[in-house]
Amino acid sequence: MTPAKKKSVRKKKATAKPTAKRKKAAPKKAAPKATRKSAPRTIATADSMARQQREISVSEFFTKNRHLLGFDSPTKALLTTIKEAVDNSLDACEEAGILPDLTVEIKLIAENRYKVIVQDNGPGIVREQIPRIFGKLLYGSKFHRLRQSRGQQGIGISAAGMYGQLTTGKPVEIESRINKRKPAQYFQLVIDTLKNEPVIKREREVEWDAAHGTRVSIELEGTYKRGKHGVEAYLRQTALANPHVDLTYQGPGEEPVHFERASKDLPEEALEIKPHPYGVEVGMLLRMMKETKSRQLKGFFQSEFSRVGPKAATSIIEGTGLQNTTSPRRVVPEKAELLVKNIRKTRIPAPPTDCLSPIGEERLLASLRQQIPGAGYYEAVTRPPSVYRGNPFQIEVGLAYGGGIAGDELTTLMRFANRVPLQYQQGACATFKAVMATNWRSYGIQQSRGALPTAPMTLMVHIASVWVPFTSESKEAVASYDEIIKEMKLALQESGRKLGRYIRRGQRERDEAKKRAYIEKYIPHIGIALQEILGLSEAQEKKVVDTLTDTLERSRKM
Amino acid sequence: MAKKKTTSKRTSTKKTTSRKKAAAPKGPPRKKTATRAKKVVTNTKVVRQIQAEASTVHQKILKKATPSMKFPIRSLANVIYKPAKGYFQMKGKKKERTLTVGTVKTFAQTLRMMAFSKELVETDDIATKREAYYVSKNWDDARFNEQPESDTVMEDVEALFGVNREQLGFIPEEKGGDVAGQLVVIDHDRETGEELRIDCTRFGSGAYSIPISVEGLRFETNAKFILAIETAGMFQRLVKHAYWRTAQCILISLGGVPTRACRRFIRRLADDKRLPVYVFVDGDPYGYSNIYRTLKVGSGNAAHMNEYFCVPQARFLGVTPDDIREYDLPTHPLKEVDIKRAKDAIKNDPFIQHHKQWEEALQKQIRLGVRVEQQALAKHGLNYVIDEYLPRKLANVKAFLP
Repeated sequence: MTPAKKKSVRKKKATAKPTAKRKKAAPKKAAPKATRKSAPRTIATADSMARQQREISVSEFFTKNRHLLGFDSPTKALLTTIKEAVDNSLDACEEAGILPDLTVEIKLIAENRYKVIVQDNGPGIVREQIPRIFGKLLYGSKFHRLRQSRGQQGIGISAAGMYGQLTTGKPVEIESRINKRKPAQYFQLVIDTLKNEPVIKREREVEWDAAHGTRVSIELEGTYKRGKHGVEAYLRQTALANPHVDLTYQGPGEEPVHFERASKDLPEEALEIKPHPYGVEVGMLLRMMKETKSRQLKGFFQSEFSRVGPKAATSIIEGTGLQNTTSPRRVVPEKAELLVKNIRKTRIPAPPTDCLSPIGEERLLASLRQQIPGAGYYEAVTRPPSVYRGNPFQIEVGLAYGGGIAGDELTTLMRFANRVPLQYQQGACATFKAVMATNWRSYGIQQSRGALPTAPMTLMVHIASVWVPFTSESKEAVASYDEIIKEMKLALQESGRKLGRYIRRGQRERDEAKKRAYIEKYIPHIGIALQEILGLSEAQEKKVVDTLTDTLERSRKM
Repeated sequence: MAKKKTTSKRTSTKKTTSRKKAAAPKGPPRKKTATRAKKVVTNTKVVRQIQAEASTVHQKILKKATPSMKFPIRSLANVIYKPAKGYFQMKGKKKERTLTVGTVKTFAQTLRMMAFSKELVETDDIATKREAYYVSKNWDDARFNEQPESDTVMEDVEALFGVNREQLGFIPEEKGGDVAGQLVVIDHDRETGEELRIDCTRFGSGAYSIPISVEGLRFETNAKFILAIETAGMFQRLVKHAYWRTAQCILISLGGVPTRACRRFIRRLADDKRLPVYVFVDGDPYGYSNIYRTLKVGSGNAAHMNEYFCVPQARFLGVTPDDIREYDLPTHPLKEVDIKRAKDAIKNDPFIQHHKQWEEALQKQIRLGVRVEQQALAKHGLNYVIDEYLPRKLANVKAFLP
């Protein structure tokens, strides 16, 4: 709730003046110039302002700022809805150790109105939690912990439901079953946008074939597009980054598409970690100090952060005027600031990296072969984990080159964050910048200044992290931290070097063939010329041609 | 000189034969020589040279080795300038063209060009450079796509054997240059062998055309000097006003970079009659380092023949960079190619490097950043060149650039 409150404060200031005018019921647009001269100025008092000041609910905030969450255009709204549902399903399946089977369906209801249905075979959701998960914004399991997952804030799926509700008035439908012993539950939910609370419209038990799983249906206004930014492209990329997922998709009036599972191994479980001190800011530190169970400052640092031992903890506290034994609750903001400064000065080992779960080179290769068939060369590189601002992250690069991929075009760049495809704002993304900053020419690939390389190539860049830094809440582009760009470049260079070897080998083979053709073309003329000058017989001439051909072919191999 | 023998043998009737041959391209190229009854006329030194080279290549091939041919490098980098000799001499640097995958095409073309040359010489025939290019169209994959390619191969063969292209049976396309003034050229009637006296004062507003081969010519003159002129326009003006009579000289139009025949003609005439040669060209780097320098000391490209195709006694009359101010001449800005050419000459041309005066002149030109044409003199009146410029220049011959 904190962010919402902050916003409401800001809103209050911004709206202070106009509210006075709105009281007179003057139409907003007509107001400015005409009224300002003639009408006497109404002066707001603290009291009158106080009457206008009230909390703004998250849901209300979202309604006005839907673009922040990726609902800014009808096309994007449809895609984002599917994306949020799929992310949730995959996160749930993986956490429960289930190989995900997903079906995604889009039904055309009326013009520009669609119904999105996403079903998984996940662990299901207990009955009591269903309304809150789908009918309340900023409610979820992922915000409060540092763990690599697709969702982060607990906004996504409820926001999608709310978008549907706002555009069509229809409730979100949820069916979920947690095991064989219990029946499946069916809910129809709407969100009270003022209170940010779910309202149950209908609830009943239903028949379900599967033992466990969840099915979400959202009706919404949107535009269905095919192609590069389309739903199918998104799902194909999802399958690419999640080789363990089996995905079936049915678009409106389209043949079903099946993205087959490329690997039966579930990704390694991503462990939850404590925050690393290097990533901490004053506000966050203060909150942690309020919430901690530790009674002493030293103990607080050792238990609430990763990689902080007694020595580091002492060094952080030293020189701030605080004692090791000071109660964390009693630390004032000024001192907290000193603590943060000291953290930056203290040498603390990098955070543990077992909290990361990369796709892995082998699985990525298998996935590339499965989802981008017919290429001439595949390559996958997984970098060792690294750290930005105290957050561990890991970069992976995969590429498919040549063969059936169309040449003479710009490389297709697929971007992933925690296995989620990023579809929009390519230009603002760190992955894009890293690809541009890599010198592809040295690998035998053309690249114009300020453009992606020109080659028959599909390139994928994946960042896995406990906290992926996005440029905005709609999670469309990865922020360009130096450490991240550097790791991406290293991964790209490594795969580029390997690709370069492949390309040169191909080039050599083509050259050889060309040479052979060349030899066969011109040697007979040497025979003819020598025959004409020296009056050789035909047999002699043939001998010249044969011997010379042989000699040159041998020398060619040297 | 071997050249004299071969070149004087050309007749106009032979030329038609060659044209016929070039126009009959059908059929496999190799059979032609094999089936046609050879009328072996001469078995000259050149033919023996060609055979020897081909034989070496042949033997190498049979030994399963890669054959190679050594060509003198034809560029300014491979010439030295000795004022005592008066022309660019080859330094003897050679490039070895070894038969490899990369060179097989040129190698084959060179050998076929040699075979064609041998045929020409043996049948006492000739082909123009253009005709040779067309003949290659019978060579399937080994054909030349553009004439410059065949010219280059031809010049390589020329340099390989150290002969003139006429000795190989090839003649140039371009005409030699025009002559007017106080000169009688003594030529012979091609059919009867009767002596022909050609009076170069009697061409009216026209001129005598220098033939491709000038070796058999003799001269009679009472002129005091030869004036070689770059542009046809200036030549026309001087002829029209019979400047040769006023100045008692021989006028020769170079028509850009002078052809070999033209250079040889001037050389023979100047040597024979002990005449000074003054050169009058546009005031730009092309006029200095291409036209004048080639006329005087030869070119880097055909360095093996420079001994015969140079005019060491040539002196530079104008237009010099100094003339621009001296005669208040209108100019044009130097183009980028001009500047490049000038800098290149200063850096790489042994002749320019030898003569400090020339280096300074080019430096000055670059500094001024302008070029001046011969015809710019018309600014002061159409006949200013006749009445003022040339007399003033000729009054001080010693001041001419070397």
